Amino acid sequence: MKHLLSIADLSPTEIHSLLELTDHMVEINHRPIPKVPALRGKNVVSLFFEDSTRTRTSFDTAAKRLSADTMNFAVSSSSVNKGESLRDTVETIAAMGVDAFVIRHKSSGAPQMITRWTNASIVNAGDGWHQHPTQALLDSYTIRTGLNRRDGFDGLHIAIVGDIKHSRVARSDVQAFTALGARVTLVAPPTLLPPSIALLGGHDWPVDVSYDLDAVLPDVDVLYLLRVQRERMDDALLPSLEEYSAMYGLDARRAARLAPHALVMHPGPMNRGVEMVVDPAELPGSAILNQVTNGVAVRMAVLFTLLGSGSDLRGDA
Amino acid sequence: MSREVLSASDVRRALTRIAHEIVERNQGLEGVVLVGLQRGGVWIADALAALLAEIDPAHPVPVGTLDVSFHRDDVGLRPIVPGSVTDIPVSLGGCTVVLTDDVLYTGRTVRAALEAMNEYGRPRAVQLAVVVDRGHRELPIRPDFVGKNLPTSSEEQVSATSDGVVIR
Repeated sequence: MKHLLSIADLSPTEIHSLLELTDHMVEINHRPIPKVPALRGKNVVSLFFEDSTRTRTSFDTAAKRLSADTMNFAVSSSSVNKGESLRDTVETIAAMGVDAFVIRHKSSGAPQMITRWTNASIVNAGDGWHQHPTQALLDSYTIRTGLNRRDGFDGLHIAIVGDIKHSRVARSDVQAFTALGARVTLVAPPTLLPPSIALLGGHDWPVDVSYDLDAVLPDVDVLYLLRVQRERMDDALLPSLEEYSAMYGLDARRAARLAPHALVMHPGPMNRGVEMVVDPAELPGSAILNQVTNGVAVRMAVLFTLLGSGSDLRGDA
Repeated sequence: MSREVLSASDVRRALTRIAHEIVERNQGLEGVVLVGLQRGGVWIADALAALLAEIDPAHPVPVGTLDVSFHRDDVGLRPIVPGSVTDIPVSLGGCTVVLTDDVLYTGRTVRAALEAMNEYGRPRAVQLAVVVDRGHRELPIRPDFVGKNLPTSSEEQVSATSDGVVIR
């Protein structure tokens, strides 16, 4: 595996391999000194053209725990402000000797484009509405460990609630969860669903769609809440945050109707009082902090697979 | 072409001898911990623990496993398929660690193991038990307990399991 651009590029076997490798990284992270020399001398550069705190620091921590060197490229203080093109920026930094770029960009497909301009490995850390593959992997790992489903998600029912249409997290998660065998229901008002569900990656995804969270709630093993982006109000896709919250927010009444074993997940940053009305610290099934912790381990597994394993984890088979 | 060098009962006898040697060398089993290297050394640590329990039931020996994948010096040069996750049940500080592996060859796995083990405390001593020493060392590393010294050519492949030792 040379790049990680999209969950759609991964076979279920490759997803399983990455999740198994993540077990090893979790063990490293539990050591008194959570650092191994595996990627000594490798240079990992974060190139973030969009705001991010958790994804960037998570990748940074992951690279450092594998002893790679890291460099952060802050767009706000860079020559991009002097009009340098994306290609010139990438080629300039690559000329300094880079083994992997971790890229976030507002345009879908930008990481794919960058693979043509450099020999370095490219990790997509979020591109437009398209993909956020490491988020999907850390979500899958969180479900795998939280519900003890090491062999796959057969029979699990996962509801993804919120702004599906504009969400790269939803696209990536649907692909990963269904590849692992889960049944996925998308829950959202019609204005926040893609015009055709088939548009999700251009395939006919085996997902159900519901406009009614209360009908779905008692049946799910995982309730995955997406962040409601406030700028959607301006696009007139939602009448008001209060109305969204009343229809789709997780309040105490809805939390009480979840199955006792059900996990509640959120990719962050959370809008308290909108999609998350209850205090997540009071939810017995909240896996939100586990997601953050697992994010570091999953990104270690990704970086190690791209830079450290010499070739594909399981060969070409 | 494969040829059996040790049968299952030969391996069994060799491990029994090694178990007695471990007791003799350490004047008992006080503070001894067995650590099997993933993946080929894990069954040996388990087998030795069972044999040691027969010799001295009063001192049960803790058994751990160590995955050295992320400490190897050939990361990036060859595909790495990690075995199971490292599991060291006790702090190794002050203990006598007996590392176990199936075949001792270049010594690079043992070097990685010595480094990986640092994370779990400072052992009083580290000893190495292997079923087969096939030579061709590339590092100054030697075993303390050997089932069989086996001269080989570097083209050959050696496998050592509880079913016997086979050269291919």
